[in-house]
Amino acid sequence: MTETATLTAAALDRYEVVIGLEVHAQLLTRSKMFCPCPADYISAAPNENTCPVCLGLPGVLPTINQQAVEYTVRTALALHCDIPAFTKFDRKNYFYPDLPKGYQISQYDLPLSVHGHLEFPVGGETVRCGITRVHLEEDTGTMHHAGDVLQSATSSLIDLNRCGVPLMEIVGDPDLRTPEAAREYLVRLRQILTYIGVNDGNLEQGSFRCDANISLRPRGADELGVKVEVKNMNSFRAVQRALESEIERQTGVLDSGGTLVQETRGWVEAQGRTISQRSKEQAHDYRYFPEPDLPPLRLDTAYVERVRAALPELPEARAQRFQQQYGLNAYDAAVLTDTREDADTLEALVAAGVPAKLAANWQSGDVAALANELRTPLRQSGLGIDGLASLLRLVDAGTINGPTAKELLTELYVGGGNPEALVRDRGLAQVSDTTELSALVDAAIAANPAAATDFRAGKQQALGQLMRSVKDATGGKADMPLVNRLLRDRLAEQ
Amino acid sequence: MTPRTITELAAALRSGSTSPRTLLADALAHAERSQKDLNAYLAVTRELAEAQADAATRELQDHPDTASPLCGIPMALKDVLCVDGIETTAGSKMLSGFKPPYTGTAVQRLFDAGAVCIGKTNCDEFAMGSSTENSAYGPVGNPWDIERVPGGSSGGSAATVAAGTVPYSLGSDTGGSIRQPAALCGVVGFKPTYGRVSRYGLIAFASSLDQIGPFTRTVEDCALVYSAIAGHDPRDSTSDPRAVDDPLASLHAGVAGMRLGVPREYLAAGLEPGVRASVESAFRVLEAQGATLQEVSLPSTDVALSVYYVIAPAECSSNLARYDGVRFGNRVERPTVTEMYMQTREAGFGPEVKRRIMLGTYALSSGYYDAYYRQAQKVRTLVSQEFEAVFNQVDAIVCPTSPSVAFPMGSHDEPLSMYMCDVVTLPANLAGVPGISVPCGFVDGLPVGLQVIAPRFEDSRVFRVAQAYEQATEFHAELSPYAREAA
Repeated sequence: MTETATLTAAALDRYEVVIGLEVHAQLLTRSKMFCPCPADYISAAPNENTCPVCLGLPGVLPTINQQAVEYTVRTALALHCDIPAFTKFDRKNYFYPDLPKGYQISQYDLPLSVHGHLEFPVGGETVRCGITRVHLEEDTGTMHHAGDVLQSATSSLIDLNRCGVPLMEIVGDPDLRTPEAAREYLVRLRQILTYIGVNDGNLEQGSFRCDANISLRPRGADELGVKVEVKNMNSFRAVQRALESEIERQTGVLDSGGTLVQETRGWVEAQGRTISQRSKEQAHDYRYFPEPDLPPLRLDTAYVERVRAALPELPEARAQRFQQQYGLNAYDAAVLTDTREDADTLEALVAAGVPAKLAANWQSGDVAALANELRTPLRQSGLGIDGLASLLRLVDAGTINGPTAKELLTELYVGGGNPEALVRDRGLAQVSDTTELSALVDAAIAANPAAATDFRAGKQQALGQLMRSVKDATGGKADMPLVNRLLRDRLAEQ
Repeated sequence: MTPRTITELAAALRSGSTSPRTLLADALAHAERSQKDLNAYLAVTRELAEAQADAATRELQDHPDTASPLCGIPMALKDVLCVDGIETTAGSKMLSGFKPPYTGTAVQRLFDAGAVCIGKTNCDEFAMGSSTENSAYGPVGNPWDIERVPGGSSGGSAATVAAGTVPYSLGSDTGGSIRQPAALCGVVGFKPTYGRVSRYGLIAFASSLDQIGPFTRTVEDCALVYSAIAGHDPRDSTSDPRAVDDPLASLHAGVAGMRLGVPREYLAAGLEPGVRASVESAFRVLEAQGATLQEVSLPSTDVALSVYYVIAPAECSSNLARYDGVRFGNRVERPTVTEMYMQTREAGFGPEVKRRIMLGTYALSSGYYDAYYRQAQKVRTLVSQEFEAVFNQVDAIVCPTSPSVAFPMGSHDEPLSMYMCDVVTLPANLAGVPGISVPCGFVDGLPVGLQVIAPRFEDSRVFRVAQAYEQATEFHAELSPYAREAA
């Protein structure tokens, strides 16, 4: 446990921590929220993917990206939200150079969805956090300053490629009680968003961003404490550390009889602490009002039900099904449904005739290790899902033994090729002929009489030497479980 | 020979008695001669016009039967309408030198029909005003008396048609900015139903009220131009997808049997006696045509002005936030970005624009929103409902367009007296209903306008009533001194 975490644990005895998270997630639409420009802002040259609409030129008007609406509805349904029949867009007014219109089109009092919840495990228990709302808005541009911040920079460059990219804001209820729970909430939320294909879940690049509201109150108190908003957290770990640090800071203030101020603080990773950015008095008055350029959006029940029907199976439900349908244990089921891609892979292997447990063991074991080591996912490897299925069918049929399969896996993963052809051409098929192996067993006992005597005297380890002897005699291709059985039978006879 | 209408010019072009180049040369020469007195143009777009005239010439030769009636005919655009590569300033120093990289939908539709654009017309800065005195580029003279205002905000577009330079122009109407200058300049001016003409490419003043519309010399011409620009545009989400009915089909149907309402509040105190007399005699003309006139009531008229001056500034405070000196328009260089914003907007905006931004910012502020903006929206709904109720009793409303005739420049130096100019036009914007102003008389040589208002999407009915009136009178044929010179 880190020092901060220890302090946090101590603070939690006296204070109840109240945390609510706001997540901004970019939607994986082809085009921007209110214009036809490509939403890809990462690979494009600066200001390449812009047009009069997203540049906010005089006289232009926004039009709603229907795909973004559908993705937001999809998200809302995955988070068990209600979708009101009537929603509208509003303008959030403020000046900043990365916001060319001088207002962000967002949603204020009638968001696209409300009243949802998210369940996730924390330390073996299931925590449920309410979802206040999920709404749709547009992202801003990005800036690069010659200097620390805009106000003191000698010059600043603006890239408006990101300006107008569809952005979904998911506001959680203040139901979280520990930094760890906050982290797990985000892990599960990101998993769901990537599962349903609406977001790529990249915290570093900022396509999935999180702000946290945190307050402390003495245990047993009814009233909430003074709320602090924490920003600038670029990883799950940063969220947890920032909240721990903030608990420590707030505890210190409260313990020394001080009072906290409502403010926005930024997490400084390098210093491991938050610093004040803006007090309540400096907070913007955004002057929200209904966006007059967009008529209200009416989402009828039939539309919502169509989106619901097309919703993919969510990770929790899929893990349940993997346990029931494939007989996997809870751990394996959870690991293999962690990403939609992994779960799809398992089901593809099963569909290709590989027994589920065999597929699960290999996928979560050697294949995962290899993918991690080579930084290449299975789908992009030389082996591919089809190749892995062929290889595992050979294992399942007893055509090759485990060690041979492992060697082939590594080779094919990098270089590609047909497992069946390779086994045939190189004569890698395992030796499982009882007569042939019995002869080799006899030879091994004859060649290692001391080991045989030791084993008979109760030294189980002595069997290893005899097994190796048979294995070597077949060039490593022996069916080792069979060799094991034959050796034991023969040694018991005499 | 009088300055000819679109209909007459279209026939002349087809008979070969004139050509697009000849019409263009006459229009440019007239624009140039009258510019010193009228200041109607902020830019003359000779190069664009010549290219369009030549294209129109070919079109008329190749497809004389299918070419639009607008093909080859000169026109002008209020300087709030964006044209690709042509300086568009909205009458503001903020946008001097700004050349949009695109052309707006309504303008593009005219260009596609073969229109020949001779220039961008002067207007109140960002269309805020009723006299065109708020232009950063000097006021516009009224062709009937250049010491007087042409009305506003589309003063240049009204004046250039009244001067006979071009047979039509486009303006924009947020609270009366087409109808009021049409009345003060003695021409026809039409504000379509909100949602009928795409606002894409119109520099926004108040998005929920703005609508583009034409100035012409006759009602028929007006219907013709309206037909060319109206219709759904996927780029404007507030544009209505329903098909537009052809206003020319019912243009000559007359008013016999029609019930026309006269709102008692619109003839209340504040109306100049001469205007009242002209409008009342216009009512008699319509009765003589077979219409039945009856008094109706729009009780919220007195508060509509207040509602308008909350909603329009609120929207404008947000719409004009983009003029921040960052990417386009003019910038005052300062060491920090906040100072740059403040100095840029201080230097770039005129006093009326600043006043409305301040009003609107206040109305939307935390703690005041409910008392101002929300309350105004509620009363706006009431205003719409009152129109609906009246239209259950009558087919259309007839009333004055402006409480006064053209007033001397500088005479309305107090903002509120200027705001009162729009008291009988702005309710139509709040309700989104169509309205037209047609010439209906003169007071001391200055034109008076009759306003016709119909239910939403009954734009054709507006033209039908206006046409019946125009056919029975000769006021539209009266020429300003500049138009007589053009002839």
